[in-house]
Amino acid sequence: MHNLTLAQTAQALADKQFSSREVTQHYLDRIARLDKNYNSFITVTADLALAEADAADARRANGKADFLTGVPFAHKDIFCTKGVRTSCGSRMLDNFISPYDATVVEKYRAAGMVMLGKTNMDEFAMGSSNETSFYGPVNNPWDTSCVPGGSSGGSATCVAARLVPGATATDTGGSIRQPAALCGITGLKPTYGRVSRWGMIAFASSLDQAGPMARTAEDVALMLGAMAGFDPKDSTCLDKEVPDYLADLNKDLRGLKIGVPREYFGEGLNEKTAAQVQNALREYEKLGATLVDISLPHSALAVPAYYVIAPAECSANLSRFDGVRYGYRCEKPQDLSDMYCRTRAEGFGEEVKRRILVGAYALSAGFYDAYYRKAQQVRRLIQQDFIDAFKQVDVIMGPTSPSPAFAFGAKGSDPVAMYLEDIYTIATNLAGLPGMSLPCGFVDNKPVGLQIIGNYFDEARMLNVAHRYQQVSDWHMQMPAGVAV
Amino acid sequence: MSWETVIGLEIHVQLATKTKIFSGSSTAFGAEPNTQACAIDLALPGILPVLNAEAVRMALMFGLAIDAEIPKRSVFERKNYFYPDLPKGYQTTQLAEPIVGAGHVDVDLADGSTKRIRIHHAHLEEDAGKSLHEDYAGQSGIDLNRAGTPLIEIVTEPDMRSAEEAVAFAKKLHGIVTTLGICDGEMAQGSMRFDVNISVRKKGAELGTRTETKNLNSFRFMEEAIKLEVERQIDVIEDGGRVIQETRLYNGDTKTARSMRSKEEANDYRYFPCPDLLPVVIEDSYIAELKATLPELPDAKQKRFVVQYGLSAYDASILSADRVMSAYFEEVVTASGDAKLAANWVIGDLSAALNRSSLELGQSPVSSVQLGDMIARIKDGTISGKIAKQVFELMWTEGGTADEIIEKQGLKQVSDSGAIEKIVDDIIAASPQQVENYRGATEDKRPKMLGFFVGQIMKASQGKANPQQVNEILLKKLEG
Repeated sequence: MHNLTLAQTAQALADKQFSSREVTQHYLDRIARLDKNYNSFITVTADLALAEADAADARRANGKADFLTGVPFAHKDIFCTKGVRTSCGSRMLDNFISPYDATVVEKYRAAGMVMLGKTNMDEFAMGSSNETSFYGPVNNPWDTSCVPGGSSGGSATCVAARLVPGATATDTGGSIRQPAALCGITGLKPTYGRVSRWGMIAFASSLDQAGPMARTAEDVALMLGAMAGFDPKDSTCLDKEVPDYLADLNKDLRGLKIGVPREYFGEGLNEKTAAQVQNALREYEKLGATLVDISLPHSALAVPAYYVIAPAECSANLSRFDGVRYGYRCEKPQDLSDMYCRTRAEGFGEEVKRRILVGAYALSAGFYDAYYRKAQQVRRLIQQDFIDAFKQVDVIMGPTSPSPAFAFGAKGSDPVAMYLEDIYTIATNLAGLPGMSLPCGFVDNKPVGLQIIGNYFDEARMLNVAHRYQQVSDWHMQMPAGVAV
Repeated sequence: MSWETVIGLEIHVQLATKTKIFSGSSTAFGAEPNTQACAIDLALPGILPVLNAEAVRMALMFGLAIDAEIPKRSVFERKNYFYPDLPKGYQTTQLAEPIVGAGHVDVDLADGSTKRIRIHHAHLEEDAGKSLHEDYAGQSGIDLNRAGTPLIEIVTEPDMRSAEEAVAFAKKLHGIVTTLGICDGEMAQGSMRFDVNISVRKKGAELGTRTETKNLNSFRFMEEAIKLEVERQIDVIEDGGRVIQETRLYNGDTKTARSMRSKEEANDYRYFPCPDLLPVVIEDSYIAELKATLPELPDAKQKRFVVQYGLSAYDASILSADRVMSAYFEEVVTASGDAKLAANWVIGDLSAALNRSSLELGQSPVSSVQLGDMIARIKDGTISGKIAKQVFELMWTEGGTADEIIEKQGLKQVSDSGAIEKIVDDIIAASPQQVENYRGATEDKRPKMLGFFVGQIMKASQGKANPQQVNEILLKKLEG
């Protein structure tokens, strides 16, 4: 049952090959048996899931089922879920049970999808290895001595380990695409404003975007269609019609122009990773696409600009965690200042505190112009690079991350080395563009991701481009050892 | 050489929207703590603000009323600081690009002159909650009902030179925002709060160091606080000291002020544009639409009162100052048919009675119609102005219409010339010496002497004799 893709699972439910309760129970059993190897879930909501499954089965019996009704999945623990702990991977929210649902959660609930639990993540989505989670690191199913990537490491892992057919995730600088690449699955970060951020705990508001993770582009298309759309509760969400992402999946790729930015193949890129990406590009040529050498001249500025803007925004976004109204509060505070200081010192982990400090510094009087304003100017230059590129090409392709999954602790002592993990993904967040990652080979038995960057609101074309490749490759169908049992 | 006071104001005006600036919670005053605080006001994880269009409309109406520049675009920013009644750890406000640009308000002063106070800008922001320190020993309670209430903060140039000017400006502003209907004007509830920046200097010298006295919520406290601070600064300088830039708090009960924090302790608020809110872009057509809905503002109303009712400029400015006052006055005019009498009564006896009872006009026990009907009785000669004061007192304390009171108390003016003539005859007969004196006096002394007879006659008639008839008959008899 767990070898079925999400689309196949939905079809099987429609064909009454099994019930939602059966498939839900099957996955819950797998999670109970296998997740001790991965630690991909923070919270498993078995009883709730079975109740939702029964409701889904009843809905189907009444002839009111949608295509995704009864399909099990998991939410990243960054989405507020009513009545269920929503921790964001932090001690700060270890005791926080949300009184409301995120819009994405509401939409999946309305579609009748069955939530199995909340997945592990870097604390407040700050990290590229899932090592900053209060709930411990997640092990990469392909090599449990390696990280799954982050921050959506739990979602990527539970999909790769066949513990769910699909999972939600978020991406601020690469947090969907990099773990998707490192875990050998497909993930898509939509255009900024495509999916509502209501109820999604903010890291960096101008960069955060929710998206789906699954094994195939087709699954991702289904999941995106169910989560996208205008939400009056989010002022940055665009009132733009959601297309049928399945409609063009099989469209012919002849004539497609693929931009290959030379900056994405320079120093720092693992040679074996580069070779796998080049193989994929050649495959696209066989499918009738043309490769166009392009330049994104400000690429090198993306990481430094990001590490001013994202921390600046997070320094304000995380101020609400003060021990006053909810979440962690230190023991026996002496006075207000003591409560603030110890609550935040004890409730936040090291990486979160580092970013709050960096952000507060960048916004301080006397530094604002040199850091924050400058970073925003750089951001516009980066966006302009892409606008210019998309005058020539339909999509842009390159590696998702510079190398495959690395060992735990390998980059722990050097934050900058960790930040460079997202060197190819960060620019799209700064520009607000959609990006996705799909499996395109292996290096030393570890998956490699191909990144596709699309123009604004061009997710349907990206999914088409990804899907056609998956029709002629089977990297995305490979299964890690230890998962089959 | 004399000292000159320089005053600039920052005024927080709570906008009278039904719901908060970024959430759908009610803004009504006086509810149980935290019953009007939703997930957004509580700053739960994952919440997002959505701007209340009505708050934007009201801010723009203010901008139009003070003839301000309205920028095409304005931007919300985050002002970062920690305080328990600030749930997000930042206040969403405007800094670099406010919704209302430079404008001005003209203020009529008691000496008949008019002074223009320039407005630097006005920006939109959210109010904080309230910390309740009194009710919980050793602890503080937090009430977030007020958190997220829309405010405009109005910042003036340092154009005022005395407490009186500052108060006159504040009253004018109160009149503008209440006339526009964008603020309920309930100062005791904190609907308008004044921060006063004060410095002193020798005439013609550079500006002195200023202090800021925060959160004054009555015109009286504002006047007291300014006078106290001006005295303090002059004392400091004359004693050879220096004024320190600081924030001060005035206590209206003890009539004292204290330092709250000095500039050195001031926060770095780390402002930056709020990424959850898009810039607000104002279409010209929207401005045109709003202009068409502007009500008659105090300035225009004042001019009309002068022309239409023949009032003095100063009386007209008092009566046009706020919406409740001007509406009350015009209702009295309608009911009484006499604008000048109406103005005198509203500004005089009514205002005095309200002051004595510490009531706002809106709480007056005497309605505009009651007062107007009474004035109509003066006008038609049913009662004299003097008797009217009696009627008004009874109306104030016991209620009822003027006619009812006049009837019940038998206060109707006697206009029967036969009855008056009899009283006059009686008084003349009883005062032969005074009559003789009068007849022997020169023309210029006679009017003064007439007062004796009038007094006696009015006394005898219990004040009910028609004074005009008394005069006529008396003169005829004395000079016969």
